[in-house]
Amino acid sequence: MTHPIISIRHAVKTYGKFRALDAVALDIHEGEFLTLLGPSGSGKTTLLSAIAGFTALDDGSVHARGHDISGLPPEKRDFAMVFQGYALFPTMSVAQNVGYPLRVRKWSKDRIAQRVHECLALVQMEKFADRMPHQLSGGQQQRIALARALSFKPDVLLLDEPLSALDKKLRSDLQWELKSLHKKLGVTFVYVTHDQEEALSMSDRIVILKDGKIQQEGAPDDLYNLPKNQFVANFLGKSNVVNAHVIGTQGEHLLAEVEGRQFCATYDHANSPTGQVNFALRPERIRLGPPGQETFDGHIAQISYLGERCQVLVRHDALGEILVSHPTWDAALQPAPQMPVSFGWDAGACVALDAS
Amino acid sequence: MPHIPEKLRYWMLIIPALAVMIIFYIFPVLNIWGISITEPSVGIENYERMFASNAVKVSFVLTFRIAAITTVACLILGYVVAYTISNLAGRVRPLMLGLVLLPFWVSVLIRSFAWIVLLGRSGLVNDGLMATGIISQPLRLMHNELGVLIAMVHVMLPFAVLPMLTNMRGISGSYIQAARGLGASEWRAFREVYFPQTLPGVMSGGLLVFVLSLGFYVTPALLGGGRVMMISEYITYQIQEFLNWGLGAALSVVLLMATAVVLLIASRFVNLKTTFLERR
Repeated sequence: MTHPIISIRHAVKTYGKFRALDAVALDIHEGEFLTLLGPSGSGKTTLLSAIAGFTALDDGSVHARGHDISGLPPEKRDFAMVFQGYALFPTMSVAQNVGYPLRVRKWSKDRIAQRVHECLALVQMEKFADRMPHQLSGGQQQRIALARALSFKPDVLLLDEPLSALDKKLRSDLQWELKSLHKKLGVTFVYVTHDQEEALSMSDRIVILKDGKIQQEGAPDDLYNLPKNQFVANFLGKSNVVNAHVIGTQGEHLLAEVEGRQFCATYDHANSPTGQVNFALRPERIRLGPPGQETFDGHIAQISYLGERCQVLVRHDALGEILVSHPTWDAALQPAPQMPVSFGWDAGACVALDAS
Repeated sequence: MPHIPEKLRYWMLIIPALAVMIIFYIFPVLNIWGISITEPSVGIENYERMFASNAVKVSFVLTFRIAAITTVACLILGYVVAYTISNLAGRVRPLMLGLVLLPFWVSVLIRSFAWIVLLGRSGLVNDGLMATGIISQPLRLMHNELGVLIAMVHVMLPFAVLPMLTNMRGISGSYIQAARGLGASEWRAFREVYFPQTLPGVMSGGLLVFVLSLGFYVTPALLGGGRVMMISEYITYQIQEFLNWGLGAALSVVLLMATAVVLLIASRFVNLKTTFLERR
């Protein structure tokens, strides 16, 4: 069996009373695009910094291809890192910046020149080789920072919220570029962000952190469709939380009941929940219809128009306020405030959540 | 109230200070220039005497040498202090900064006398060394160039630290991290990435200390004991002891010119505006 390219075992880091990392265990596999996602203070940056070697762990270890590298300084780890503020060296030109890791590694002048050119071409910045960093825009600086990090052909590229300083349009362009770079080079990317859209659109696998603990890890669509707990359900997109009583199973689904009305829900077959259970329900999975057509009856409390869809807040006596994402092109039902409606969903749209 | 143009209003605000400067500074300086070519008789006789005089030459060389050594010593010592304060000190930073600024609250005169107490023939340093048996004869620590240098470095140190500190505090720690993340050792990252970014601060601090040292009077006069005659003291001697106003004035003019030349040369490398005016 091959070793994971990076393996984190029981990582603990505390700052005073604050536990930035709380017994985190994680394997990162060769060539994958892994995203560490979480709100600020969740420990994602600390974890990245521990992998890079800037943060010493209080307990646990970091392994690279099976070797313990916990005691190695950053420069001995051979990972490349892209910083949030790019950290291009202001006293060096673009070409010198990109060539810096190679000069440190004592490459010959010719090889450096050739490799710098290659890397600048990779990010379409060949024309800027002689500029100084302060003469570049944010997006251009980001490209140079990438080229510099990739120049010495590292196995692993660590990225600390590299796009957070850019405006929205540029950010989505660079997301595509990053994604295609990853595909082209086959380098392992470990990407830290607090932006769930960024995480969903780019990653092979997402690790969601909160309070220094891993909440859930998996492919973007798995995390989105099968959140394990309320935090994950609400951090990745929006979810309604439906509290219902479990009355049994039906085929592969869980059968639950609210006010005498039953619905089928997805659940983790490893543990069968019983009693009162919280279910996550995505707003776009809910259908609206005229009163009486769907399972539950309520009335519209509020509408917010978003273009292709509108968000409708439906009030129900037992379930409380339910957020529905309704297509605006549905001519059969044009929601209006105070309108009585019925709502329902397909079997399996609800996902049973862990108690926590 | 009649309408006064905005520009004029600002001028009115600075007129009191400007008047003081013109009456008590610009006018006397021009007067000195006048004296230098009119005393004791009209002509450039004073300048001719000055350039012919060996004592003047010696004093100028000495002044530039002491200023240069002071500058280098202040930069080396000050760099370490500034680096420590801006990068390492956590909660003690305000205290360390306070200690750097503390000397400004005590007059230069008192600090120079304090050095006499320390460095004198039976001063604290000599007494201490004798008592512990390290030396048997008192060392000559003052009334020579060494004494002047020790005290000058002490007096000038804050002027070197502050510009470097301001500069260093503007440098993000992520540069060093980035360099190390890219494979550079700590020392290499410092040398190639951090140090070049601090050069503007080093230049500013160096220039400030050098220019201040060129015209420094109190400390060299006290610690030199008349044996280390820097140019300011030489001027005082000419005027106070020999009532030689003409030569003293000419020396002042040349010192002023020399300082101006230093600034002119430095302005090619250093942004003078940020050195002397803005504290960023």
